[in-house]
Amino acid sequence: MRSVSVSRLPPFQRFLDAHADDVLRFLIASVGRHDADDAFQETFLSALRAYSRLRPDSDLRGWALTIAHRKALDVHRSRARRPVPVAEPDGRSGDARHAGIEGDHWERVRALPPRQRAVLTLRYAGDLTHAEIATLLGCSADAARRAAADGLKTLRKEEPDVAATA
Amino acid sequence: MSLRPPEPAPGQAATLVARTAARAAEQGLADVAYTILDSPVGRLVAVATARGLARIAYELPNGDLDTILDQVAARLSPRIVEAPKRLEDVRRELDEYFAGRRETFGVTLDWALVPSGFGRRVLEQTARIPFGATRSYGEIAAQAGSPRGFRAAGNALGANPIPIILPCHRVLARGGGLGGYTGGEECKRSLLSIEGRCFVN
Repeated sequence: MRSVSVSRLPPFQRFLDAHADDVLRFLIASVGRHDADDAFQETFLSALRAYSRLRPDSDLRGWALTIAHRKALDVHRSRARRPVPVAEPDGRSGDARHAGIEGDHWERVRALPPRQRAVLTLRYAGDLTHAEIATLLGCSADAARRAAADGLKTLRKEEPDVAATA
Repeated sequence: MSLRPPEPAPGQAATLVARTAARAAEQGLADVAYTILDSPVGRLVAVATARGLARIAYELPNGDLDTILDQVAARLSPRIVEAPKRLEDVRRELDEYFAGRRETFGVTLDWALVPSGFGRRVLEQTARIPFGATRSYGEIAAQAGSPRGFRAAGNALGANPIPIILPCHRVLARGGGLGGYTGGEECKRSLLSIEGRCFVN
């Protein structure tokens, strides 16, 4: 068989293997452990549906995180329509309890307004730059940076020792 | 404490990857499914479309997994997932063949990677050589309609996308010599010995 030119899309399985960890980290941060499994599968099944139309020189990691971000929005929207989950005996939902086991602040990030939540999860769990996030969200880089700063300010107010690394 | 990326549970990503790929194959979202099979003649990559088995590649002589999948992506579709369940019948039939319990294969083939013209006719004739029998390159060329095309026949057999099941190992050099093979001569000798034919040299 003939050799392949470099500008082709990789076999989908290679794309899936390459970005599985990043997408999963982002989704756990963005929707919590309980919903991350389903959102992960929905993300990559959606990606596969659109895969043939993708330009071979696209930023595949950014594209995967863009779809994951949309799936995360779906999860948050459907939660907003559902009644508030029954609180666990310790006063937190089951989801929050998992977050507590993680020992991180993502549970509080999930409670922020949508723009702040999106920017912080894409920045600190998805490791995208503010410029990349701005493109992804369709806002200016300044607006993305501002949303991140506002979100972090809220988190610090709730718990003063929250510091964002990176 | 800082806003660090959360850690997935051990093995969580791999489990989700496998589950997603399986769903993609079941729902027909993937055009191509593949799996890796262990065999007495080395690791094989088996590739199927919705129409049937399109490719068996010897992982080492034919290039590593990435090379094999790149070729399939270029020729068929990049919508490829690893879905062992979709190739369970191929795995079973090959296991039985290598264990000496199967002489003919029942899996449906997709001839999409077979070239058209003379090369295709050569493989069509090759598909009819029964288990345990052999032909010469010249005989196959003649049956494919070109008695003097034994060299072209050899090339067509060397480009066989579905070796073992399209049994190009049953085509030998004139005078009973082994001839070449896509999986290497040692491999050809092993397949022929499974079929009760012995080649010492």
